[in-house]
Amino acid sequence: MKLKNEWPKHYKREVITHYCPGCGHGVVHRIVAELLEEMDLGKKTIGVNPAGCAVLAYKYFDFDMIEAAHGRGTALATGIKRSRPDLFVLSYQGDGDLAAIGTAETIHSASRGELFTVIFINNAVYGMTGGQMAPTTLKGQKTTTSPDGRNPKYEGYPLHITDIVATFPGVAYAERVAIKSPASIIKAKKAIKNAFQTQVDGLGYSIIEVLSACPTNWKMSPVDSMKWINDVLEKEFPLGVLTDKRKGNS
Amino acid sequence: MNKIFMSGNHAFAESAIRAGCRCYFGYPITPQNELGEYMAANIRKAGGVFIQSESEIAAINMTIGSAATGTRVMTSSSSPGISLKQEGLSFLAGFELPAVIVNVMRGGPGLGNIAPAQGDYFQATRGGGHGDYRMPVFAPGTVQEIADITFLAFDVADKYRTPVMILGDGMMGQTKEPVVFPEPIGELPVKEWALRSMGDGPSKYLASLILDPAAMERHNWKLYRKYKEIERNEVRYESYMIDDADVVVIAYGTTARIAKSAIKRVRDDGIRAGLIRPITLWPFPKQILQELARKIKQFIVFEMSTGQMLEDVQLSILGKADISFYGRPGGVVPTPLELARYIYRECQNKKELDYET
Repeated sequence: MKLKNEWPKHYKREVITHYCPGCGHGVVHRIVAELLEEMDLGKKTIGVNPAGCAVLAYKYFDFDMIEAAHGRGTALATGIKRSRPDLFVLSYQGDGDLAAIGTAETIHSASRGELFTVIFINNAVYGMTGGQMAPTTLKGQKTTTSPDGRNPKYEGYPLHITDIVATFPGVAYAERVAIKSPASIIKAKKAIKNAFQTQVDGLGYSIIEVLSACPTNWKMSPVDSMKWINDVLEKEFPLGVLTDKRKGNS
Repeated sequence: MNKIFMSGNHAFAESAIRAGCRCYFGYPITPQNELGEYMAANIRKAGGVFIQSESEIAAINMTIGSAATGTRVMTSSSSPGISLKQEGLSFLAGFELPAVIVNVMRGGPGLGNIAPAQGDYFQATRGGGHGDYRMPVFAPGTVQEIADITFLAFDVADKYRTPVMILGDGMMGQTKEPVVFPEPIGELPVKEWALRSMGDGPSKYLASLILDPAAMERHNWKLYRKYKEIERNEVRYESYMIDDADVVVIAYGTTARIAKSAIKRVRDDGIRAGLIRPITLWPFPKQILQELARKIKQFIVFEMSTGQMLEDVQLSILGKADISFYGRPGGVVPTPLELARYIYRECQNKKELDYET
């Protein structure tokens, strides 16, 4: 699989990015748009965008979309997919959205084995609201609401929600990837493709967790951010396939 | 179709299925569990979807997702669960998505109890969720009317692209009465605005986030114009023994039934009482009350609350007649006799006052 130097069909041309330099959202948006074109799915897709930095995802994506209230993406996706099982359904969410306010919806949609795909951007921080502590914030990581660094005594531990749902019988594909280098981006694309195919084949719930940089709120340069993903974030959240129930893999 | 004997909660569900409702999402809460149970047993036979969600919050958000695809969809709950759905109701209003929400009210605030009450009037009619929106609210009075209004509610929701609430209470949900259902609806027209995936056409999106205040203001005024149209077209009420009335009782749902019995009693004692029963609580039947207040000088508002609809009556009559209030909150269901006594006493008091002045 190669990254192409062409404008993906399902990525709007007129858009000027509002994402910060070094942010992973743009790359993941492009991967999603490329795959929906390559797999000929975009025409029959309904996407759900979250509250958070990706709230404006519909300004980038050129397929039908609806915005969810904070945390409710997989509830909306459930309503959409159950109403229109013939369509391809995608919920795009961040860590605060999916693993804090929307934990119940995440757990139960996965537990029901809903036949849609979740793209979970984990940048260990609340981005849009200005860098508060997220459920995935690392021990010792400084945020505006853990100014001395996350102390488990007061703030508990980072939540490994993808690992939790990967144990559910209804979850057919779960993988954690990172956006930190060209090689990692190609791997991420492959993982998302597997998840999309899992939905197309009706095998169960699919979720891809993407470790993604937030240089603005991490207060690092984009280059240092990539290094931090590699050296620090991945130690807490190791990359790899968490479950794969596709034929020959289960 | 034949007359059948059915509870209000079952009638909500059966009528919804006949109205073409093909998705139901709900979470168990008393006293409306029979509605969800009926859906679980029957909606799949009609090719529909039933999900017992993990919470009322999930249920209303599944409702949003389903409504966005143009599907006729219902969710139901009782008072505390309806509180949890308020954010979703605001989103439905902002997105302009049609859905039918049933609230089988119980005593409150807090967990309250599971007895019939009418304490959610403000929440239903004043926009319990955030933001500048209104929502049509129907208040059926019998099981037959539950069937008729549920059927109608889907049409109103689709016509104006708005959430519609049907406000019942525990007594109405549990009461069994003979009911004749409307014939099942046929093919429904395609909703052009719905998300059906782009196919070969342009893509669409539904968003309630409008960051530019000027654009948000335009959206608010657009919604306002729609609400004005609903106020013009959708007011419904029943008049009972009004023609010769000297005193008018105003009550809805269960209390209106009690009021009818009380009115019959006081008429035996020579008091010419009548009833206005709002069937829509929003839009409220202001005009008929304004007209009546020109000749009738005594109104009695009767609710199973400490006085909520009372404010709408006051806003309608604007001091042009006397308004008194009789209420029993907390899940206590008043008897016709106690209301009859209250009407009698009020009329005697007024006579004496009128004589003195």
